[in-house]
Amino acid sequence: MGSDCCSSGAQELHVLAVDDSLVDRKVIERLLKISCCKVTAVESGSMALQYLGLDGETSNAVGFDALKVNLIVTDYSMPGMTGFELLKKIKESSKLKEIPVVVMSSENILTRIDRCLEEGAEDFLLKPVKLADVKRLTDFVLKGTVSKKNGSDVKNPKRKLLDDSSSSSADSALSSQSSPLSSDSESSPRLSSTHRCISKRARFSST
Amino acid sequence: MDRNQMNRQLANMRKALFDQGYLDEQFVQLEELQDDANPNFVEEVVTLFYRDSARLIQTMDQTLERNPLDFAKLDNNMHQFTGSCSSIGAKKVKHECSQFREYCRQRNGEGCRRTFQQMKKEYAILKKKLEVYFQYVRQVALLK
Repeated sequence: MGSDCCSSGAQELHVLAVDDSLVDRKVIERLLKISCCKVTAVESGSMALQYLGLDGETSNAVGFDALKVNLIVTDYSMPGMTGFELLKKIKESSKLKEIPVVVMSSENILTRIDRCLEEGAEDFLLKPVKLADVKRLTDFVLKGTVSKKNGSDVKNPKRKLLDDSSSSSADSALSSQSSPLSSDSESSPRLSSTHRCISKRARFSST
Repeated sequence: MDRNQMNRQLANMRKALFDQGYLDEQFVQLEELQDDANPNFVEEVVTLFYRDSARLIQTMDQTLERNPLDFAKLDNNMHQFTGSCSSIGAKKVKHECSQFREYCRQRNGEGCRRTFQQMKKEYAILKKKLEVYFQYVRQVALLK
């Protein structure tokens, strides 16, 4: 694969990955590093909150700025605090709610996906996560970050992500295709009855 | 055996793992994450998989000995194990895991026990095949 990322001057995102599975942590870490991200991987929601300075023990300000997180990717099913509970806590925090949160799950349960999206998750990925999924996420976050730097208004970044994926996948929720940004060579027979990621528009249009 | 022959042999071994249904596309996804800086990534992930699996299988073995069976706990453990299998592309093992979970849902203890033995067999076969495969990968790499 080689290092085709990280052109000089390209911003490196800092991603916090949360997953209780040792195997999945290693994989997501690699996926993110290949996509030119700094990665901090933790094994639980409570560790994530601790890292983000939300555990009530560490104070915010200086410590947090040094560790600024651009994206949080979390597994849904974890012992103790679930990914959903973590998502809630982040979105309830005035300090952290602007950080995009993506939820991953091996189970394609529509009510679960709905809950997460409604609670403010940017996206919901089905495991096993693919490189195309991660690249799409990082592109999205980078766009938002770059626009902010340039001073231009990123109006409703969430809609932007959904527009990007839904414009070519409006039918995907209905016709069971893989993510529109995955390459053709990546045919995924297991997706015959699932969607890789759900766009709100596609989802609502199917009901 | 010269390098070309070894490379061919390696390719055949790899192909067989897919053709015979031991591995699925996810394994290829992992291979694509390897590069010169991370040449052993797949083997590293698989090694973590063995470690994780050993722990989960032992837990489930113990849970299966209890009476009455704690189906919720078994299902939960198997859910974790299924996730790991999925992450490395362990197709046949994953299939047995799904069967097991189905029996859990049906609260069918006999079905669970039977399927669990079957799963362990498949796991042992896969582990052996992958160990041989990676050993060969390393030998071929030494020739370069």
